[in-house]
Amino acid sequence: MTTELEPRTSAAIGGMGHSVKRKEDPRFIRGAGEYIEDVVLPGMLWMDIVRSPYAHATIKSIDASEALKVPGVLAVITGADLEKAGLHWMPTLAGDKQMVLPTTTVMYQAQEVAAVVATDRYAAADGVAAVYVDYEPLPVIVDPKKALEPGAFVLRPDRGPDKANNHIWHWESGDRAAADAALASAEVRVSEDIYIPRIHVASIETCGCVADWDAVRGQLTLHMTSQAPHAIRTVLALVSGLPEQNIRVKTHDIGGGFGGKVPVYPGYVLAVVASLTVGKPVKWIEDRSENLQADSFARDYHIHAEMSATKAGKITGLKVKTIADHGYSDAAADPSKFPAGLFNVITGSYDFPDAFVEVDGVYTNKPPGGVAYRCSFRVTEAVHAIERMVDILAHEIGVDPAQLRMENFIQPEQFPYRTPTGWEYDSGNYGVALQKAMDLIGYDDLRKEQAEKRARGELMGIGISSFTEIVGAGPSKDFDIIGIKMFDSCEIRVHPTGKVIARIGVQSQGQGHETTFAQIIAEELGFPVGDVKIEYGDTDTAPYGLGTYASRSTPVAGAATAMASRKIREKARQIAAHLLECSPDDLEWEPGKFTVKGSPDRFKTIQEISFAAYTNHPVGMEAGLEAVDYYDPPNLTFPFGSYICVVDIDKGTGQVKIRRFVAVDDCGNIINPMIVDGQIHGGLTMGFAPALLESITYDELGNNQAGTFMDYLLPTAVETPRWELDKTVTPSPHHPIGAKGVGESATVGAPPAIANAVVDALWHLGVRNIDIPMTPQKVWAILHEKGLA
Amino acid sequence: MTTQHVRVTVNGTVREADVEPRLLLVHLLRETFGLTGTHVGCDTSNCGACTIHVNGLSAKSCTMLAVQADGAEIRTIEGMADGATLHPLQQAFWDQHGLQCGFCTPGMIMQSAWLLGQNPDPTEDQIREGISGNLCRCTGYVNIVKAIDQAAGALRAADAAK
Repeated sequence: MTTELEPRTSAAIGGMGHSVKRKEDPRFIRGAGEYIEDVVLPGMLWMDIVRSPYAHATIKSIDASEALKVPGVLAVITGADLEKAGLHWMPTLAGDKQMVLPTTTVMYQAQEVAAVVATDRYAAADGVAAVYVDYEPLPVIVDPKKALEPGAFVLRPDRGPDKANNHIWHWESGDRAAADAALASAEVRVSEDIYIPRIHVASIETCGCVADWDAVRGQLTLHMTSQAPHAIRTVLALVSGLPEQNIRVKTHDIGGGFGGKVPVYPGYVLAVVASLTVGKPVKWIEDRSENLQADSFARDYHIHAEMSATKAGKITGLKVKTIADHGYSDAAADPSKFPAGLFNVITGSYDFPDAFVEVDGVYTNKPPGGVAYRCSFRVTEAVHAIERMVDILAHEIGVDPAQLRMENFIQPEQFPYRTPTGWEYDSGNYGVALQKAMDLIGYDDLRKEQAEKRARGELMGIGISSFTEIVGAGPSKDFDIIGIKMFDSCEIRVHPTGKVIARIGVQSQGQGHETTFAQIIAEELGFPVGDVKIEYGDTDTAPYGLGTYASRSTPVAGAATAMASRKIREKARQIAAHLLECSPDDLEWEPGKFTVKGSPDRFKTIQEISFAAYTNHPVGMEAGLEAVDYYDPPNLTFPFGSYICVVDIDKGTGQVKIRRFVAVDDCGNIINPMIVDGQIHGGLTMGFAPALLESITYDELGNNQAGTFMDYLLPTAVETPRWELDKTVTPSPHHPIGAKGVGESATVGAPPAIANAVVDALWHLGVRNIDIPMTPQKVWAILHEKGLA
Repeated sequence: MTTQHVRVTVNGTVREADVEPRLLLVHLLRETFGLTGTHVGCDTSNCGACTIHVNGLSAKSCTMLAVQADGAEIRTIEGMADGATLHPLQQAFWDQHGLQCGFCTPGMIMQSAWLLGQNPDPTEDQIREGISGNLCRCTGYVNIVKAIDQAAGALRAADAAK
């Protein structure tokens, strides 16, 4: 099933397989994009937020009197004000609740405490500085394991006396008894504690909004940074009681999302309240420190994994117990059925007879979360754990990690493959991808070089990750966000002159939807890609959809776009038959025209048919050429790949240097190769980042240790590796265009390749595991302990 | 609050304003003059989304006061294209898919323009070093580096033709 897709359309049409230059770029390269901070409305005011310096404290009083004397300050909103309207708490996407503003207690450092509305941003900041809050500090719980200890301070007494603890939920998947039996009878058992630290998406644009309440028209327009504007509109309608047709959410251009712009943050709600209160548009733009310290985090999974195998290296069972630190509220953006996301995809690319996974969610004094960091729901955590465990097993029994993977992969003939935790993988060809990566990087020669270097005392490691992703949520029987099913949509209108406008329910944050969705229509209908305009992000005009995250745009809305195109093609066939005075069955389609079978000179172009749809349509047929499709996928899609990383470690400094990194990805059929490579480059860099650089830690008082870009280290061009890419193509058998989604694969697959390489370099010294990020400090400390540094 | 008069030349046009002494240069450009192509991505001069040219030097406009720019020649992303003709860097970023969300792009282009003014024929390592004060979260820098290399070639060819 591994086949390269040749473009079916000419370059002039620009359908699938063409590296069409992006239609959105002309505005961005001129500085003419319209991001949220660029939105300016007449009479617009600014809002800024008072935040808690404490991670846990009682609010004894809030005195806004001095703030209200500051020139330009118009209002100060506190929790007491919101409480009167019942708006001081709001629901999270995970069915928990979080404070908009506190009335009695702050639960994390940088939590919103009050909002100041003023005539400009400087006056608002002056007002924030003049609000006096009297706090009484409370005991702080940073460690989720301590939060679970008997007698631990109960962080959420609002849950009632029945839940007088810090345990949020327990979730499990697979067969515990079977996994126990596999482990008990195993010839070989390996176990490890693996911590996946708290990180932050840190899109270069922070979050913000302009809330615009028009009292005369009873209309609320919320311009905001959202990956899911339709869901936001519905939540706003349900919470505020405003009629949904009078709420309009507009996203404009978004400067990166990666999951961080899925949740509803208190700042958005406060801006809406402020606009309702003051009667004017109110703008709120968070600064970087607020973004890093208060917005939803990703990861923070404490994983204990046990794996069993035969002495020859055939894996037989997996058991995983995990503690998920959610901060003070479960504000995860996970589907209702899956509080730990799709973490039970943890059996990965391997044919495990038995597996059992359990996760417990826990409250701590940290910001609520968690969201993805450019990955489908909790898939990176699962992939990291299984790829680390497979490597540990390989090293433990002395089998080459590549060979161990090859011998345990799910084989091509086993698809569709049902995992012991209940997923049905649609397709895969894992051995081919790994072999391709090994050939590209020269695996056998690298192993020889490593042996020689080791003999000389040099530290070189080779790491593999052969990941399977699970994206494209999803079938509505299993997937929803707060009850709204995770279908997605496309509406296409063909104008009389053969030009097209299509609107989609998903939302670009840089992925290039204006180009790739136009290419799908070009592929299906033969309109040149330049004649197709794609719109999204305005809930007044776009069809309802659940938005862009978890690599779901192409798998779900892309499918809807193909299906809507096919509806138009069928109507076009009827019109063409009318024009050519033949039976519809006598017509053959090729992109752009219908031809009478056997008469190549008798044809009608899609443009001629478009004109006829408005000027000469058959009697009895509705005029026009439009279609809408709401697509409910029959299954998820399962992109995969094999990555190989080579590292050299500096014994003097502990610095890990990535010498080479080969990434072979399989995302099914490719719409735009240039954009797919760009997505993989970016994804790899966001995989490299948490492997070596990024993490958010807290001291024992709950102080955030990485609250600015001075301490939270994003990769620059200097340390980012020179990625080497290749592909295999295994189309999704159930997707209309055989695509799978690619935005996140590399972020999911890259970290364990790097971690495995570092541990591989150090295994002979007795190192079994190092938690990411593998910073120079951490690696140097190990080398020092081993007497090498 | 007292204000101070500021007169600057922005993209060839003289602009004036009475500003608070604490007003950041980036806010003068964005909010007073409406030139919203220059972006803000951090508070610590790390990200470079606000990069512009002040008297020919690359500068992070979120870390300068407007009053410090009094009398200066300023160039922003809006001043890079010549009407319908894109600057070679703009063209190259488009050709090479050197941008995704586009938020870092104006700062990245301004920094690259300064870099190529200093070094018209940079190596890949010199390009990477030269843009290390500008963060991009989307592209992994691969295609940005390619774009700067393409633009360097185009600018050298244009120079040679003069």
